[in-house]
Amino acid sequence: MEKFTRLTGIVAPLDRPNVDTDAIIPKQYLKSIKRSGFGPNAFDDWRYLDAGEPGIDNSTRRVNKDFILNQSPYDQSSILLARENFGCGSSREHAVWALTDFGFRVVIAPSFADIFFNNSFKNGLLPIALDAAVVDDLFKAVDGKKGYQLTVDLDQQKIITEDNNEIAFEVDEFRKYCLLNGLDDIGLTLQHADDIRTYEQRMKQVTPWLF
Amino acid sequence: MSAQTLYDKLFDAHVVRMEDDGTALLYIDRHLVHEVTSPQAFEGLRIAGRKPWRTDTALAVPDHNVPTSHRDQGIIDPVARTQVETLDANCREFGITEFAMDDIRQGIVHVIGPEQGATLPGMTLVCGDSHTATHGAFGTLAFGIGTSEVEHVLATQCLLQKKMKNMRVNIEGVLGAGVTAKDIVLAVIGKIGTAGGTGYAMEFAGSAIRKLSMEGRMTICNMAIEAGARVGLVAVDDTTIEFVKGRPYAPEGHLWDQAVSAWKQLVSDEDAVFDTEITIDAASIKPQVTWGTSPEMVVAVDDRVPDPAVEVDQVKSSGMQKALDYMGLSASMPVNEISIDKVFIGSCTNSRLEDLQQAAEVIKGRKVAANVKQALVVPGSGLIKQRAEELGLDKIFIAAGFEWRDPGCSMCLAMNADRLEPGERCASTSNRNFEGRQGQGGRTHLVSPAMAAAAAIAGHFVDVRNF
Ligand code: SF4
Repeated sequence: MEKFTRLTGIVAPLDRPNVDTDAIIPKQYLKSIKRSGFGPNAFDDWRYLDAGEPGIDNSTRRVNKDFILNQSPYDQSSILLARENFGCGSSREHAVWALTDFGFRVVIAPSFADIFFNNSFKNGLLPIALDAAVVDDLFKAVDGKKGYQLTVDLDQQKIITEDNNEIAFEVDEFRKYCLLNGLDDIGLTLQHADDIRTYEQRMKQVTPWLF
Repeated sequence: MSAQTLYDKLFDAHVVRMEDDGTALLYIDRHLVHEVTSPQAFEGLRIAGRKPWRTDTALAVPDHNVPTSHRDQGIIDPVARTQVETLDANCREFGITEFAMDDIRQGIVHVIGPEQGATLPGMTLVCGDSHTATHGAFGTLAFGIGTSEVEHVLATQCLLQKKMKNMRVNIEGVLGAGVTAKDIVLAVIGKIGTAGGTGYAMEFAGSAIRKLSMEGRMTICNMAIEAGARVGLVAVDDTTIEFVKGRPYAPEGHLWDQAVSAWKQLVSDEDAVFDTEITIDAASIKPQVTWGTSPEMVVAVDDRVPDPAVEVDQVKSSGMQKALDYMGLSASMPVNEISIDKVFIGSCTNSRLEDLQQAAEVIKGRKVAANVKQALVVPGSGLIKQRAEELGLDKIFIAAGFEWRDPGCSMCLAMNADRLEPGERCASTSNRNFEGRQGQGGRTHLVSPAMAAAAAIAGHFVDVRNF
């Protein structure tokens, strides 16, 4: 997994609540057996005016110029700003792969759906939940200046605005550790293989029908 | 020991080790696998040179991509075919049991688990699919995971988890005639919203839940995720145990007796404390119809589509307007004037025998309305299809003008050929009405099987209670 330490980037405003994983990556792209290549189809239904299918050359499609991620400089943004309940819907990790493949490393919203939130950390994408009022202020700042940037410092757990205001955010210790060091948590779990075997031995007595 | 909720009991019994910050390494007893969220996980194992920890806990089935007609011709779409073949190959390579496309036991992953007795009370059960909450109907700690976690479970038989908070939803009293489990859960989502259960394990309790069949309980737990909760639960009772008994994967003989006495403990203690608790009077619930692009956008069938202009919250109001525009509806129009183009009876929410029976009862001796272009029935598994045919349900549907298909996810998410065309409106028994869910530009209204059946006959939504 790619490490995440500190990042400065352009913020793309996506002013919608309940952005679901079907919207982030429509199902026809879930047929892929790879982890990469989803970026050009992130938010496919909103980014293009015609229907997309896997294998179609996206450069031949009609682009929806009104959609924020099709506009410069937001096509270069690495921070996504959205409203509450971001990432609701299906468990598809493809949604996270689509966002990171597009270039996002941070999503800021008042709240996230649980599975999406989990999946993000496993792929080097940092989801930051902030008070709805703070998110609202960020929307105003972003609307007020084209190409508005934020700096996100994971170690310090703070966001630094262009006028040097600092916004603190919460992150789980273990997840922060994995993200800062780019660690794969399967390897970490396998360090406890003996504990897992001990548990299994015990449960073979308690619930033998499960073994 | 202090009083515990059902969720606490299930969680605590599976903790392998606990970190200081409250992160638990949780042991997983059953892992259901399907073709869409597993290829990258198996690939990850191969790249790291890892083997599955325990292959006997995994059970795989292709469902999302499979065709529901002309199955003998195989899968036409080459990309979908590759994905299903990849599942077949991975299961062979890693030694995992799979009910392949031509197996009578094949079906939607959340239907076949319970049907086979692979879902048992007291287990932890995961699947790379958000509707895994379905299995909570058995007093099973079941939740959906992402692909990285699928790989983690394959490699270690464990997952890193923090304990969720506890919520109890009590449905008390007697349901009205024509009102089903689907209406209960849609009403709950309408009340608490799609994020109302985020961070919670949601236990459904109360006299109306106790009276439901296992099918009904599964329908409710299935949509816990639509209320934001990864986990839905119903306590174990005689209905649960009766359902499990004799199924292929269920224990037998003295192990059965031992299991049953353990399962009887799987209820929340009487004085257990929930972080949040709500109670709904069952008698107040009417047949529900969603009108928007989120399951919380739901009203009773005798109601009207709401008016964004009267919503004071600006964000909400503009969300409502966006939804109305997408759905092609106008504010304040009566729900029963919304006419439909297609009908879909199926999905892991409502494709079990009881669902098909409820729909067939409404349809019997009637015909699908002329304005309905297509009406599909897609049973949840090959065995359900077979049983329904033994009961003659297929004949009722076909005589009315429905198509009787092979099992799979089908038009629930339209990864196969079954889909809505742009602008088409569908009465659907599935669980998500997101934009484009059933096909780009398609418009989904979530309803119960009986309501979908009535809409098929009338050509528009009608109150099944006086149909
Ligand atoms: S039927 Fe629909 S919701 Fe259920 S597993 Fe299949 S795609 Fe997902």
